[in-house]
Amino acid sequence: MSHDHDHSDGPAISETVLRVKALESLLVEKGYVDAQALDRLIDTYENKVGPRNGAAVVARAWADPEFRRWLLADATAAIGSFGFSGRQGEHMMALENTPQTHNMVVCTLCSCYPWPVLGLPPVWYKSAAYRSRAVLEPRQVLAEFGVVLPEDTEVRVWDSTAELRYLVVPMRPPGTEDWSEDRLAPLVTRDSMIGTGLALAPEAVP
Amino acid sequence: MNGAQDLGGMMGFGPVEPEPDEPVFHAEWERRAFALTVAMGASGLWNLDGSRHARESLHPARYLSSTYYQIWLEGLTRLLGEAGLVTPEELAAGRQLVAPAPIRQVLAAGDVERVLTTGAGTSREPQAAARFEAGQTVRARNMHPFGHTRLPRYLRGRKGEVVSVHGAHVFPDSHAHGLGEDPQWLYTVRFAARELWGEDRNARDTVHADLWEPYLEPV
Repeated sequence: MSHDHDHSDGPAISETVLRVKALESLLVEKGYVDAQALDRLIDTYENKVGPRNGAAVVARAWADPEFRRWLLADATAAIGSFGFSGRQGEHMMALENTPQTHNMVVCTLCSCYPWPVLGLPPVWYKSAAYRSRAVLEPRQVLAEFGVVLPEDTEVRVWDSTAELRYLVVPMRPPGTEDWSEDRLAPLVTRDSMIGTGLALAPEAVP
Repeated sequence: MNGAQDLGGMMGFGPVEPEPDEPVFHAEWERRAFALTVAMGASGLWNLDGSRHARESLHPARYLSSTYYQIWLEGLTRLLGEAGLVTPEELAAGRQLVAPAPIRQVLAAGDVERVLTTGAGTSREPQAAARFEAGQTVRARNMHPFGHTRLPRYLRGRKGEVVSVHGAHVFPDSHAHGLGEDPQWLYTVRFAARELWGEDRNARDTVHADLWEPYLEPV
């Protein structure tokens, strides 16, 4: 798949724009879709559901050992306790990064991604480059993201081939031992929960 | 099917290019293509596995040169035609030319939140005892079905270890083709990077995949 901005050799975007408009008009006219439902679907993933959800979950796992155990044992229920549930997150699994093990998530076959905790995936996650290379050369991909791991750290790649959806729990940054959940959450980036990044250092946030 | 969607292990696509402060959608048509696909998915006339199959059935050259939501648009158009909901003439005209077909459910605005937060889990009662258990060595079958499958090519014929058993789940290879849910046991299987890609790989690195029992054979 080409990058979303690179449409030099694919179907023309101008033609696509017209096709989508015609399709929406047709489906509304035939009574198959409710135009207001479309607006609400878009608003949900553009404004309400996104990686701040996952960051709240990770921050609690860092701050509360009992919640961490629950998250690792039954991620669907633990995440559900925040009210985050449903489509593309029906069967959640949490993967904890440690000095010995670094987890990284991909979907080589399409774009499976834990919507309730991370929202819709970024373009790079859906790109042919990431989908082809994450399983083949994860260390090189991580290095491109600025993450260089010791040779004796196991890189565990998770290819989301079924309906299990993975949330990576990044390592808690040093120097945050007495921080509250609310203070910790901004350190948790989207990429750190996919496994292509690390949590931010305390000095990176104001 | 061995289509362009099965990308694991391919080469030549260049670096991964993250976009700083990326918006959720890059254009209005992407918003609409996304929402139309999700809304029509609630019609009950096809399922997620069938949607994936519609997308992967695109000609490989077209798949690889299309953007993500262009692929969704192609998939949705195909599903609408197959279900008899729209005609090619209507798609070209952008207006109704024949009476609407019966549809099981129209997603109402007031139901969006409930439908999204409920989702559609795939866990089902098992039809038989599990054939494998955690710790067991298995091999991914050398199989090349012409229909939908979730066994990527790069795993076929490779040995791995079952690390967890997830109960029975809807089997995409059947479900995508209107053959019912056909629940099968689902396992997470760990493959050594060296088993998949050769001896020059880091001896510790692994790839995990979630694989249904019919994809696996005992070693």
